[in-house]
Amino acid sequence: MYVAVKGGERAIAAAHTLLAKRRRGAPETPEIGVAQIDQQLALAVDRVMTEGSVYDRELAALAIKQAAGDLVEAIFLLRAYRTTLPRFTSSEPIDTTHMHIERRISATYKDLPGGQVLGPTFDYTHRLLDFSLLAEGEPAAPAPPSETVDTAPAASQPPPTPRVLELLEREGLMIGEHDRGDEPTDITQDPPTYPCDRSARLQALVRGDEGFLLALGYSTQRGYGRNHPFAGEIRIGEVEVEIVPEELGFPITIGTLQVTECETVNGFTRHDDGEVRFTRGYGLGLGQCERKAMAMALVDRALQAEDHGETAVSPAQQEEFVLSHCDNVEAAGFVSHLKLPHYVDFQSELELLRRIRAAADSAGEEDPA
Amino acid sequence: MNREPLLQVRQLTKLHAPGKGCREVSFDLYPGEVLGIVGESGSGKSTLLSCLSARLAPDSGSILYRTDAGETVDLYQLSEARQRQLQRTEWGIVHQHARDGLRMGVSGGANIGERLMATGERHYGQLRATAARWMRDVELDVGRIDDRPTTYSGGMQQRLQIARNLVTHPRLVFMDEPTGGLDVSVQARLLDLLRQLVTELGLAVVIVTHDLAVARLLAQRLIVMRRSQVVESGLTDQVLDDPQHAYTQLLVSSVLTA
Amino acid sequence: MSAPATRAGYNFAYLDEQTKGMIRRALLKAVAIPGYQVPFGGREMPMPYGWGTGGMQVSAAIIGRDDCLKVIDQGADDTTNAVSIRAFFRDLTGVATTERTEQATLIQTRHRIPETPLHEDQILVYQVPIPEPLRFIEPSEVETRKMHALEDYGVMHIKLYEDIAQFGHIATSYAYPVRVNGRYVMDPSPIPKFDNPKMDHSPALQLFGAGREKRIYAVPPYTEVRSLDFADHPFEVQRWDQCCAICGATDSFLDEVILDDQGGHTFICSDTDYCRTRLARQEEKA
Repeated sequence: MYVAVKGGERAIAAAHTLLAKRRRGAPETPEIGVAQIDQQLALAVDRVMTEGSVYDRELAALAIKQAAGDLVEAIFLLRAYRTTLPRFTSSEPIDTTHMHIERRISATYKDLPGGQVLGPTFDYTHRLLDFSLLAEGEPAAPAPPSETVDTAPAASQPPPTPRVLELLEREGLMIGEHDRGDEPTDITQDPPTYPCDRSARLQALVRGDEGFLLALGYSTQRGYGRNHPFAGEIRIGEVEVEIVPEELGFPITIGTLQVTECETVNGFTRHDDGEVRFTRGYGLGLGQCERKAMAMALVDRALQAEDHGETAVSPAQQEEFVLSHCDNVEAAGFVSHLKLPHYVDFQSELELLRRIRAAADSAGEEDPA
Repeated sequence: MNREPLLQVRQLTKLHAPGKGCREVSFDLYPGEVLGIVGESGSGKSTLLSCLSARLAPDSGSILYRTDAGETVDLYQLSEARQRQLQRTEWGIVHQHARDGLRMGVSGGANIGERLMATGERHYGQLRATAARWMRDVELDVGRIDDRPTTYSGGMQQRLQIARNLVTHPRLVFMDEPTGGLDVSVQARLLDLLRQLVTELGLAVVIVTHDLAVARLLAQRLIVMRRSQVVESGLTDQVLDDPQHAYTQLLVSSVLTA
Repeated sequence: MSAPATRAGYNFAYLDEQTKGMIRRALLKAVAIPGYQVPFGGREMPMPYGWGTGGMQVSAAIIGRDDCLKVIDQGADDTTNAVSIRAFFRDLTGVATTERTEQATLIQTRHRIPETPLHEDQILVYQVPIPEPLRFIEPSEVETRKMHALEDYGVMHIKLYEDIAQFGHIATSYAYPVRVNGRYVMDPSPIPKFDNPKMDHSPALQLFGAGREKRIYAVPPYTEVRSLDFADHPFEVQRWDQCCAICGATDSFLDEVILDDQGGHTFICSDTDYCRTRLARQEEKA
């Protein structure tokens, strides 16, 4: 009788075998390789790295393969792996002003120092299904070297590309961002306490679900916490990662990261010194993740409502609401746990309901109150 | 009347912006006394009331309160725990909008019982009897005891809010436009009820209103506010019948001609 | 600790020693302040949030090589999630596992307390989905922490009052709130209220882990745990008219089993070990 009611070890094993078979698909189609995912589904890899909080293209691609393309599941796999990694050191802050620019646009100025660089983007493509891609992919002949765009990081640090918001700041038109020199909070080590400091908030947003933040950012544009945004600047490219080994005492470069950064220029307010200035939002993600970075910047600005004397009444302005629900690993886990048996709780409810009904029946015309 | 003031307010200032809020307000309030704060909207009445009831820390100035135990405490030197304790035991706060002062998601009975439960009442039957008695006292239909306030009319919600506050016999009640937004006939009956309860229970009350008729009916003394400052104060009849300040004169004449 | 890993590439019990140390410090604080929710740096685990990651982190932080582990879900050792968690720890620690309550030194549970009384040398680790008993009345963490700090618990009784007014009973049948050591109001996790009395003055140490919410709390041995109630509506546990269809127990929590689509049903013990032990004893006697 028990076997019929409760699950068993054998059933789980069989389910896992079936899953592996489904993931592989029809054996006559060639198996997809991790390198192919890395190269040809690169934007999926970028999203998994950003929300999975690990910068490793191969591991992210592996997670996508193992998750059969379910990106939230892949993010979860990467996060679980991340748990097992020891921490050796903390890097110096990355400097996006000295970025090897692959793409850089501003919606606030037609032309600006450093120029507009369109780079690889879906923007301005016509969203027409390209049936030529249906053809089985043969390895293309290697492109002639002259055509390759110079995206590989040069040996030396590139010249700085001035930042749009800094230009405004210098004119006194933009509220400044100042490094207070505090140790940034790490929410993966200490859970956030509310109200959060900005570093904890930004970290939570980087790890946060793209879809959730997109919807919240969108809601601010539709009037739920309006903050009048302009895409001040979006830049994508490689930045150097430096550490300061104790025994050396000076920074050395250990590699590069591709990041996407978005800074929004938002509606102005009167500040403590009586001056009127623009406000700002900030978004950053690993790899190429423009939609995420923009959504994050909108939400970051919305969460500053109280700093700028706005009444925080809309969902995107509620720090605790946004931050405690934006993590898709937490959210997906808790939603999926409803699939676990709840026999005992349900039994308790059933018993109570029957008893209440029985009591009501036996009470007849008596007033239950 | 007891000569020890219940509340001593000195140079109380809370400004959101120049002219917005309250500035250098001082007065004493004695046990059993009803003080009206009048003025047009935006004059700083509600800010002052929030400061007095420990819900908004002032920029400067002090508020001394004499507790039931006879101890005189500086409100904003108290821990938040003590402030909250005062709010739910010795004080009551009646909001203009009943939904700010009620739990809309639970029944009328639970609304009345909340303060009793918070102070340790653990007998359901007694809670219910007390709730029913208070419903009768504020002229609510006891048959509605298990209905949520969302199903009550505006006047009923306001009565419920009053019962919910008075159930623990507070010594000091803050009221913010308690009859605002109600029909004139409903207002009149609610005012009667308030006057009767205040007298019966010997409550000290600070009541904010823009309605001079309400002030005349309930308050023994008046403070007239304009652009964050007190422009005139005194006995109600004196202020209303023989206003000294030009603004008070305008306020009084505008009511009479209305 | 330089213990050899049981599964290649992983530390004993999955977590690294630094993380274990952090969790143990949170546990010590939790034991020192019974019922108080201690924030801790909860990590992602290889199981999804909501599937017991809090309990697993607590177990991983305290399990030793000499431990004997029992894992139950809904009272049963053979429910899928219990099987999966037990296999995980067997794989990553190599410790002995058991289904016998009295043999176990460490019991991880979801939604039940075993029927067999626990003893002093046992630790019960609960998996907790929502640690905050005030959450459904007050959604803001800022506000609930303040309410705990100020012992502002009047709202808890409002819920009970409403239940009685609307249903004639206190209509909370599981996750029934308790007051620990006369101070903190605590959520006992979604155990049926049938199990609440077992928490009171239990000789075993009770630890609670909430992974997604990143909170740990505890009830030390022999601590008072009182279920909230009214003087004239005292706390009561569930009772059944039937007994267990397998072992005949009349004192255990019963699961309902549907026999056919005509509405036929019967009841069996939710605690599989208790049921099996009773059956074995009856067969011995026979």
